[in-house]
Amino acid sequence: MEHKQKNTFADEIKKATNISIARCYQCGKCSAGCPMAVEMDYPPSLILRMLQSNIKDEEVLKSKTIWLCLNCETCVSRCPQDVDLPTLMDFLRSVSLKLGKSNPKSKKIIAFHKSFLESIKNTGKLHEISLIASYKLKVFDLFQDVNNVPAMLKKGKLHVLPEKVKNMKSIKKIFSKTVDGKEKI
Amino acid sequence: MKIGFYPGCSLSGTAREYNESVVAIANAFQIELITISDWNCCGATAAHNINKILSLSLPARILALAEKDGLTEIVVPCAACYNRLASAKYHLEENEELKNEVTQTIELDYTGNVQIINVIQFIEKYILNKLEKKLEKTFLQKVACYYGCLLVRPNKVLSFDREEDPLLMDNVMKKLGADSIDWAFKTECCGAGFSVSQTETVARLSGKIIEDAVLRGAEAIIVACPMCHSNLDMRRKEINNYMNTKTDIPVIYITQAIGLAIGLSEKDLGIHRHFVPVNLKMETLTENKHIIENLVKTEE
Repeated sequence: MEHKQKNTFADEIKKATNISIARCYQCGKCSAGCPMAVEMDYPPSLILRMLQSNIKDEEVLKSKTIWLCLNCETCVSRCPQDVDLPTLMDFLRSVSLKLGKSNPKSKKIIAFHKSFLESIKNTGKLHEISLIASYKLKVFDLFQDVNNVPAMLKKGKLHVLPEKVKNMKSIKKIFSKTVDGKEKI
Repeated sequence: MKIGFYPGCSLSGTAREYNESVVAIANAFQIELITISDWNCCGATAAHNINKILSLSLPARILALAEKDGLTEIVVPCAACYNRLASAKYHLEENEELKNEVTQTIELDYTGNVQIINVIQFIEKYILNKLEKKLEKTFLQKVACYYGCLLVRPNKVLSFDREEDPLLMDNVMKKLGADSIDWAFKTECCGAGFSVSQTETVARLSGKIIEDAVLRGAEAIIVACPMCHSNLDMRRKEINNYMNTKTDIPVIYITQAIGLAIGLSEKDLGIHRHFVPVNLKMETLTENKHIIENLVKTEE
């Protein structure tokens, strides 16, 4: 009798990132050292357990956890099984975004990342004022950090006009070949 | 002596004083920094959070341009840029398929032969052995050297210092006379890129770092990352509100510390650009003092 196994999300992860979810034996070291675990809906080791069980993939993609991970790399540095959690989180975020499953409570974090990339796409470099303006429009939080602006200008920490990469064509090309039309930056 | 230089976006904006102090000490030690022509942003946290190929292509373009400029070694003072550049180099070296995809994306030749060093490695390699001769003042304080995440992790990729208890910055500060303390938050995360989108998180994480440094008697925190600096310095008001404290411990860059010790002016080092005022008393070294020290040593 032929026994066909369904392709699981864990298989997909293995193919895209070379990370074996099955290697995790739930020691919990990642969750113990994670500076963001207290704010997460599922601590990192539980995310791995959910992916192992293969019935909670949807919850993982909809979790706040994947967006709260700061990629500080503490977990992978201490993991006895060398499970690269930060790279896994990067992958989960991109899938969550592509499938439109990102957690509404993570809206601000995602808006910040997108505004950041927008700035790079427009000038090749980060321009803080454009970044903050675009971010504020995305989250409708017009007054946050306004107090800091005069002091920052006075200390010479903000450029009013952006510095631009000369060969902007090369930057636009990088964006059109990677994110444009997919994640819509 | 010449070396390639990737300043990155922070150093030309919010961390202007880091750039000023890197350039000032390079000049003082006759090191010429050659900026990579037409450099772009490394993509920082945002790029790898959203798209893998984008997050590798942006650093790869920078490294390809450095190759084109004929640079064989580049110093990257921003810890975040250093991490992104080194990670891209590592992953492209590991995976031929990925390297092809990225080189096709950037449409530039990329061989991966540029050596990437962070600011501590730069100091170790080109400044440390000449430091003593130039020393004019020494620090009298207890200081907490704060490395953060991106300078030291992951060790597999960066191969820099000890992952859990790095010491290289402490060694530099000891050479400047400071008493670098042993503390628990050397490599804890400051909240990094959440400064705007989740300021409370930054207040909590950076607050714990400052609290531990103060509790152990540190009088200054020494950093080598513009994100760590802006979170610990520019966000101090938010931190103090969150922690219900009134800490005023200053946060300075390692390059500023060296600059002060070799007698450069505070203005040239951008000390006035910090939000938390920096008033660190230093002892001026005189020839007499050297003679007295030597006398004491021989008597002992």
